Amino acid sequence: MGGFTLTHFLYLLQATGWTVVLTLLAFVLGCLAGFLVMLARTAQVRWVRGLSGLYVDVVQGTPLLIVLFLIYFGLALFGFELPAIVAAALSLMIYCSAFLGEIWRGCVQSVPRTQTEASECLGLSRWQTLRDVVLPQAMRIATPPTVGFLVQVLKNTSLASVVGFVELTRASQVINNSLFQPFLVFGIAGLLYFALCYPLSRLSRALERKLNGGRRQPA
Amino acid sequence: MRYQFDFGALLPYWRDFLDGALTTLTMTAFAVVFGLAIGILCAIGRRSASPLLQRLCGFYVELIRNTPYIIQIFFIFFGLSSIGLRLPIFAAAVLTLVVNVGAYTAEIVRAGMDTIHPGQIEAAQALGLSQPQIYWDVILRPALERVYPALTGQFVLMMLASSITSQISAEELTAVANNVQSFSFRAFETYIVVAVLYLALAVLLKLAFYGFGQLIFPRRRRLGTPL
Repeated sequence: MGGFTLTHFLYLLQATGWTVVLTLLAFVLGCLAGFLVMLARTAQVRWVRGLSGLYVDVVQGTPLLIVLFLIYFGLALFGFELPAIVAAALSLMIYCSAFLGEIWRGCVQSVPRTQTEASECLGLSRWQTLRDVVLPQAMRIATPPTVGFLVQVLKNTSLASVVGFVELTRASQVINNSLFQPFLVFGIAGLLYFALCYPLSRLSRALERKLNGGRRQPA
Repeated sequence: MRYQFDFGALLPYWRDFLDGALTTLTMTAFAVVFGLAIGILCAIGRRSASPLLQRLCGFYVELIRNTPYIIQIFFIFFGLSSIGLRLPIFAAAVLTLVVNVGAYTAEIVRAGMDTIHPGQIEAAQALGLSQPQIYWDVILRPALERVYPALTGQFVLMMLASSITSQISAEELTAVANNVQSFSFRAFETYIVVAVLYLALAVLLKLAFYGFGQLIFPRRRRLGTPL
């Protein structure tokens, strides 16, 4: 049993890098898919709305860990031997798309209906209405909760450790297995996560104040 | 490649699935009760006159909300056992859940308390209500009624997150799934079954919370309007 050395710390830092990579990968993919979910949730055709609503409910009602296992073990059966990072990124993408889609649906629907009606009167197409009228206003409302959700994604990348992807959590497990100083090792890992998440949380709150100050309830 | 589904292979394990689901529900029940208690105390602490208490509660909330649950589990479970404190696994799992959900609850309850107009509290003081009376009747009850949907939503998410306690081999639904798939060699089917079970638990929990809300908030039941 040795002490915690600089080498260990550098290993943790390197793993933190992988956590960030996985977060960005999952978030970008999740944003793309989430945008589609949002479009489907606000579609005019009823069965598209219903189907996407079902998708959101199913994903939000299933633990991310189970989704991860389904993708990791499930796709292997169909002959896709996925590397752990791809399985993790895919399942986080699914998770992201359901939550972001629902957050953004709320934001889009909170833009007053009259705006859409006015653009219809001006002869704008549905796509133009969305792109030039609704989205710019919805984006203002959507930014703070989206940044807040990024924190959730970052924290949930820790689950990728379960399928053996060496990110921060997995790396701290590996170190702890050799040193067995759990308070120290997981404490440092926790602080590294905190160092990434806390600024984002603060940013989300600051944006909330800055962008939506007018919507705040008087205390 | 074609894959032949065989859910029949899982039938002999139905009791294990049932036990796992019950364990998950029991853990959730404990965590909701104690987590709510901690959350309310912490939310009150953040409004207290003592700056030390304020900062302490704020520190706890921020620390928990900005670190992954799995790290909290490892920190608490392996940490406690490294100093010789060996909790039963179920107790350790519930402890980590309580610590985790307490922070989220605190933040939600605090948001609810912030919506109570200061005039209400001043009016209560003018009427000569005691501090506990003010907290219970004027601040806490309306605050909880307002944030009830957010609160119960958080509890459902926590039930789903309890799947992570399988990592310290608490015998809940996900751990059962891991065992069953290693015996039956039917990983895909097992996780599909468990996903469906979690969905059912989530729906069940939502219904239960809705019914409970109707029971404890008579004002909402009679008027049907948000407070």
